[in-house]
Amino acid sequence: MTGAEIVVHCLQAEGVEYVFGYPGGAVLFLYDELFKQDKVKHVLVRHEQGAIHAADGYARSTTKPGVALVTSGPGVTNAVTGIATAYMDSIPLVILTGQVPTQAIGEDAFQECDTVGITRPCVKHNFLVKDVKDLAETIKKAFYIASTGRPGPVVVDIPKDVTTHKTEFHYPEKISMRSYNPVTKGHSGQIKRAIQALMEAKRPMIYTGGGVILGDAAPQLTKLVRLLGFPCTNTLMGLGGYPATDQHFLGMLGMHGTYEANMAMQHCDVLLAIGARFDDRVIGNPKHFFEEPRTIIHVDIDPSSISKRVKVDVPIVGNVREVLEELLRQLESSQARPDTEALKAWWTQIELWRGRDCLKYDRASPIIKPQYVIQKLYEVTGGNAYVTSDVGQHQMWAAQFYKFDQPRRWINSGGLGTMGFGLPAAVGVQLAHPEAPVACVTGEASIQMCIQELSTCKQYRLPIKIVNLNNRYMGMVRQWQQFFHGNRYAESYMDALPDFVKLAESYGHVGMRIERPDDVEPALREAFSRKKDLVFMDFTTDQTENVFPMVPGGKGLSEMILV
Amino acid sequence: MRHIVSVLLENEAGALSRVSGLFSARGYNIESLTVAPTEDATLSRMTIVTSGSDEVIEQITKQLNKLVDVVKVVDLSDGEHIERELMLVKVRAVGKDREEMKRMADIFRGRIIDVTDKDYTIELTGTGSKLDAFLKAIDRSAILETVRTGASGIGRGDRLLRI
Repeated sequence: MTGAEIVVHCLQAEGVEYVFGYPGGAVLFLYDELFKQDKVKHVLVRHEQGAIHAADGYARSTTKPGVALVTSGPGVTNAVTGIATAYMDSIPLVILTGQVPTQAIGEDAFQECDTVGITRPCVKHNFLVKDVKDLAETIKKAFYIASTGRPGPVVVDIPKDVTTHKTEFHYPEKISMRSYNPVTKGHSGQIKRAIQALMEAKRPMIYTGGGVILGDAAPQLTKLVRLLGFPCTNTLMGLGGYPATDQHFLGMLGMHGTYEANMAMQHCDVLLAIGARFDDRVIGNPKHFFEEPRTIIHVDIDPSSISKRVKVDVPIVGNVREVLEELLRQLESSQARPDTEALKAWWTQIELWRGRDCLKYDRASPIIKPQYVIQKLYEVTGGNAYVTSDVGQHQMWAAQFYKFDQPRRWINSGGLGTMGFGLPAAVGVQLAHPEAPVACVTGEASIQMCIQELSTCKQYRLPIKIVNLNNRYMGMVRQWQQFFHGNRYAESYMDALPDFVKLAESYGHVGMRIERPDDVEPALREAFSRKKDLVFMDFTTDQTENVFPMVPGGKGLSEMILV
Repeated sequence: MRHIVSVLLENEAGALSRVSGLFSARGYNIESLTVAPTEDATLSRMTIVTSGSDEVIEQITKQLNKLVDVVKVVDLSDGEHIERELMLVKVRAVGKDREEMKRMADIFRGRIIDVTDKDYTIELTGTGSKLDAFLKAIDRSAILETVRTGASGIGRGDRLLRI
């Protein structure tokens, strides 16, 4: 078999449904082999960044790794933003990149770049395959590394001549690597210590992140929270890990978290952190966070996430699902139960905080409030949509107002914060779930960063519903400029905007402009009733609306700016 | 605090840059870094001298362990260990200095490995501070050139780093 045939056979063996990509000189033989078969379907994007985001959206909304294929040089450099996005959020991807022929490497050949060098800091691992004999095993390793342990993107760089060289094809069933053995089981002694701390808690709190989603541990988390009766909060990446409509859920925490979640996080005495990493957008200033003494239990598959920003008392390294199952087993077999008296008092306090109604906004406004659009989106879709988002105010409002009861429904770039993520991610999500409603919540600034993917949506008839919260500003930039830069709105006004309705129509889609609050719900209803059409809803929203609560940068978690 | 970290890693193209890239990306110090294949040609052994608070050193070892090419990591400073560094120093050796340089090299158990009528090249091994002491002990103006390898380290007794 030629190298190109081997690659395609490997993808088939992995059960890959879709490859998102864009052809070019270095990958022509690979495309030729893809063309000759129909098991692995290729999705042609309009820019390589879109290919990676689409593969990423596919991976986030399923339990399978996403696969992308791009050519050498600019194909790779265009893909880097997508790869870094996936890396920051630990998304399993296998990215196949073309490379100039082995003998031309290092000679500044046409469309050459040092792919392994450029991508090294933003991949879990990468390979350059110089010998066709190593190709199949390398691809096997790539899938194995990408999807085990703390997941992440893996790049396999394949020189053009390797795709033409021949060797026997053998795809290994299993792979073992002496240098890579991710831990799965948690230490049972540590789990015992964790239970003891939880039972002694007067003001317990459960804080969970993307690890619960990636580890498919939402059912176990739900069971645990209900068994203990403790309050629970999710990070931006963890939404859907615990049902948002449940009373035990305090909403998202962090910079734009709810008052009750942030206050409970700050004032708890025992904190159980699961698959979360105490990042700067979550706990604010760590010094302030430490002012309150508390026992911290931290469950994570990545030891380097533990005690990185916050000193942890009970570290538990392991797969979150396995650890939670063991925790539940130990809890159920022991007689120990939480301190109900203390817990009652704690809930009374939390309900006082919740009573602050920190997400309130002007519902009588004659101008469309962005929060209202998300609320209606939630109602119209019955909370069952897959929601992708771009980055900025609209992302925060979507996170605050769309109540995710299920995991893998909320698809956003949390770590890298990549504007332009939403639309191509929705491409991957819609292909993975052809019958499901998929909404892309975006803004007029973000959507223009990957707007070309409207063409991809047309080609594959993807009925994505774009919810564009158009406030003619880079809203989050404007908000920071208003709060921290004396209202000097440097370069954050979006001038010379296109007519999004006509733009959508020119791509062959349906466009709608919505300018009055009364029209919001009917527009959404109509859009979602069009099962076959991509509908671009351009909502003219309040230009001056801000996201509250807000923990300003460098401030403590309980030092929120409230409405 | 100064730490000396030993790393066993796959002897593969690019493995060194994964380690050095990690240190620069995360802002960790590298005082010195040495690397060479081991008796098992598929493995390289690296010695990194670094410094930082306990938290930073903990992160360094965790992050190193996370690299897919890294097989094992040990902080030698956690226990008894030996470290050695090799230095080659070229010194002026004319007139009275010629005798003096020979004597100093002997005192420090160095060896003169190259001789011309104007200079000596002295080979010296020891801990970094011994090498520093030698450079301090001789006439500074007589030093023409120095090259040091950076430290290599190994655990004492039955402290082994192997797979």
